[in-house]
Amino acid sequence: MSFHPNEIQRRARIASGVLVVGLLVIGGAFFRTQVLQNARYALQSEENRLRAIPLPAPRGLILDRNGKIIAENLPGYSISLLARHEDSLRTTMRRIGELMPVSSEAVGAAVRRFRRDRLRPTVLFGDAPFELVSVLEERRVEFPGLIIQSAPKRFYPDGPAVSALVGYTGEISEIELSQGRYAEYKAGQQVGKDGLEQQYESRLRGREGTRFVEVDARGRVVGENARADLKPEAPAPLYTNIDLDLQRFVHEIFGDSLIGGVVAMEPHSGAVLALHSAPTFDPNRFIGGIPASYWEALQADPRKPLYNKAIKGTYPPGSIWKLVTAIVAMEEGLVALDDHQVTPCTGGYQFGNRFFRCWDKKGHGNLSLAGAIEKSCDVYFYQLGLKIGLQKLIAGGIRLGSRDRSGIDLPAENRPLFPTDPPKAYYDQLFGPQGWTNAVTLNLSIGQGENSQTVVNMARLYTALATDGQAAKPEVVRGQAERVRLFNLTDAQMKAVQQSLTDVVGRGTAIGSRLEGITVAGKTGTAQNAHDAVLDHAWFVGYAPAEDPKIVVAVMLEFGGGGSRAARIATRIIERYLRARVVSTPATVGE
Amino acid sequence: MRSRSIRTDWPLVALSLALTGFGIAMVYSAGQTDVPSFVAGLWRNQLTWFALGIVVAYAISRSSVRLLEWASVPVYVVACLLLVALLFIGQGAGTAASTKSWLAIGGVRLGQPSEFAKLAVVLMLARVLSAERRAPNTLFGLWKPALIVLVPWLLIMAQPDLGTGIVFIALFFAMLFWSGVAWPLLVMAASPAVSLILAFGPGIWGAWFLMLLALVAWRRPSWIEGAALVAVNVIMGVVAPLLWGRLDPYQQRRLLAFLDPSADPRGSAYHLIQSQVAIGSGGITGKGFTEGSQKRLAFLPEQHTDFIFPVVAEELGFIGVTVALILFSVLLLRTVRIAARASSPFASLVALGLTAAWFTHLVVNLGMTVGLLPITGIPLPFFSYGGSFMLACWMSVGMLVLISSEGRGQADGLVI
Repeated sequence: MSFHPNEIQRRARIASGVLVVGLLVIGGAFFRTQVLQNARYALQSEENRLRAIPLPAPRGLILDRNGKIIAENLPGYSISLLARHEDSLRTTMRRIGELMPVSSEAVGAAVRRFRRDRLRPTVLFGDAPFELVSVLEERRVEFPGLIIQSAPKRFYPDGPAVSALVGYTGEISEIELSQGRYAEYKAGQQVGKDGLEQQYESRLRGREGTRFVEVDARGRVVGENARADLKPEAPAPLYTNIDLDLQRFVHEIFGDSLIGGVVAMEPHSGAVLALHSAPTFDPNRFIGGIPASYWEALQADPRKPLYNKAIKGTYPPGSIWKLVTAIVAMEEGLVALDDHQVTPCTGGYQFGNRFFRCWDKKGHGNLSLAGAIEKSCDVYFYQLGLKIGLQKLIAGGIRLGSRDRSGIDLPAENRPLFPTDPPKAYYDQLFGPQGWTNAVTLNLSIGQGENSQTVVNMARLYTALATDGQAAKPEVVRGQAERVRLFNLTDAQMKAVQQSLTDVVGRGTAIGSRLEGITVAGKTGTAQNAHDAVLDHAWFVGYAPAEDPKIVVAVMLEFGGGGSRAARIATRIIERYLRARVVSTPATVGE
Repeated sequence: MRSRSIRTDWPLVALSLALTGFGIAMVYSAGQTDVPSFVAGLWRNQLTWFALGIVVAYAISRSSVRLLEWASVPVYVVACLLLVALLFIGQGAGTAASTKSWLAIGGVRLGQPSEFAKLAVVLMLARVLSAERRAPNTLFGLWKPALIVLVPWLLIMAQPDLGTGIVFIALFFAMLFWSGVAWPLLVMAASPAVSLILAFGPGIWGAWFLMLLALVAWRRPSWIEGAALVAVNVIMGVVAPLLWGRLDPYQQRRLLAFLDPSADPRGSAYHLIQSQVAIGSGGITGKGFTEGSQKRLAFLPEQHTDFIFPVVAEELGFIGVTVALILFSVLLLRTVRIAARASSPFASLVALGLTAAWFTHLVVNLGMTVGLLPITGIPLPFFSYGGSFMLACWMSVGMLVLISSEGRGQADGLVI
């Protein structure tokens, strides 16, 4: 090689230059990354380091009108996992399964939740049994990424007594997650499933808190309290109009043997005081996953405990609907309270080639309208219906809300069944153009035929009868009263109708249900039904005190026999409510 | 003998000690993770290797350059034989898990012979290049040095170990340059590789090819050489991409994986991102010694070997990086000076070769961690954990001290 000092010096300068330039470029790259882009990378490093662990929030309390608890929260535990892969999730579930039995459904549910949201800790057990929690706490080291935390658990102190009202909560389902209204929900969270819990989900849902933990690259939790927690927050309690004592009382009356529905409400405000469907179920057993055996038993029960008989069940109203016929006739100016019909009641009425019987074979003789209401005479109403005419009867029924939902603030209320106007089109479609005669008018006029009403809608109808013709929308949760005028009668007519309803209990079909010191007005109904030839549905809808109504009660007993039985239950509810009102003025609850 | 002891290059020794101390401290920190791993105790091993390295370095520095020159041939032969042996008995471990880089006997891993092969190639190249009175001035005249590098290079690429292969190529060109080979010849020698790299951008390759033609026209090599050069460049720049395009994607992946097994596409992207996050989040002052969260929480891969510098950057910040870079640059400028003042062409070439090896490691390793260069597993001198490499580094220090002490002028006078 050429080793002349000058040449070597020249090469040394070039080599030194290359070294310096090379290191300057490297240093520049570090400067750019560390100083200029520091903020970006610092954030990324922090995101690497911290994982937000959601802290489940308690749901809002549901209280009755006096501040008594309908729904509250109990301490519970949830177990979740920060999993990196589905495999590690399954492995963890398998290893937990070695300690305590884990159902394959639980594993499947956990995997589904993981697939929904991989970054959020996957809930393995939303409501973990205490034994499992203590076993896992002991072996925490063996389960990296496992998060055991308290998760408030819904509890209904009066479970079965309030099941028709509150509904229950449960884990949000796959279907719900894909709906827009649950856009902000995450897999594994609890959501209201029925009743008030569903209706007022947005007001009952608590605000989830966040706990920050430090995790390593494998998702193992290596440090707690990496940053201050964001506390979960419960929303303000939900105040209802329910009178919990009355609600309990209704539940007690029905016991285990009766089947039916009850709605009790204030006639002027529409405030729902009690709402019951019998038989009941225990919503507390639905929390944290319904045991399969319980679910199957409820499904298999022929009395359909899960079917809300107060707002979903529709039943032929029978005689309680006769008041609609009477009011429509009076509005049309066809009849006054003391008007008689052409044919007196001899236990039946001949219409064409058919004989329509009165419920009382002995017959009622010659009655005025007031007397016909009091005795619930079918023959009188057959003739009244014919006088009104089918079209006007149906139009009047529709006007009085026989095709409307009551509008109660509970989910999935059913619409009553009632013919549409014009009737010809309706009946032609139903039976064929030659398949029906004007006889349908007779059936309709006594609340039979193509007429099936919900208990809550009948209660609403009678709020109009109890007051001035305006019906109040039933409201479980406190709100602004909403009243709609159903019919227009003069004061005198109104008074007379109300008097006849008072006489029903005073000396008519519900005479056995008179109360000492409280005047009850109302109407019994005994509706034939297609399901049971022997046992009819029993109705009573009434209000009290007759002179200044404070409560409207609608009682329906499936296959309950005569309306007088329903009337006895209704008057006991009325008595309980009004007597209770006398001794204890409702406490005002500060909001 | 007495004069040599006076001339020990203390600045060189001090810089090497400082970098090694810095490095072992970082290996210690690399072991400080929230979930303890085997890395926690490795700093002690590194200390042991350092102690051994000091002893070997001292022994080498007490020998003579003539002894080195005499030993270069047997050392080179032994190194090549070891590399051949590795192809049959080599094992994968550590950062080179998928390759055959490790020499092991009876299950005990003895070391990575490729680290010593670098030193052997430096010695052998220096011996061959210094033996000739004039630097080669034709491409064919480069056959001897080319062959010396080619044999171990092919053996190492067969392991396969792309990173170490790059060091051999860098050594080859750096030492040719130092021996006085004119730059146009170096450009021509490097042209096939450049063509291959530029082949994927036809426009850029075309420009490069025209430059090369101009260079050939100007330098006027023999017509055989000229024709061969043009032919090879055309093959690399045009034919190779065509052939590559005809391969199935899986064949391409296999070829890439063969060339660079550490570059598992998904894994390396993750490594690169986490490495940059570690560096970037360090900021100016860093998160504090042993406190780096990327490292503590195991987001940083290979934090004690190939990715040890991100630990420096994360924990000590840009200040720590600057200190390390200044130490490195002062060391390298010092060793260039040693090369320039060496007493013989052989010694000079050895010193420059060792400098080039360190510099290549430095650039490739740091460039990889900061995202300037693709990921090729290559360690950082004095920092990365590894016995063979620590030993090789200190053997280099020993040789440089020896060359410095025999060199002209006051070796311990000026710093640079």
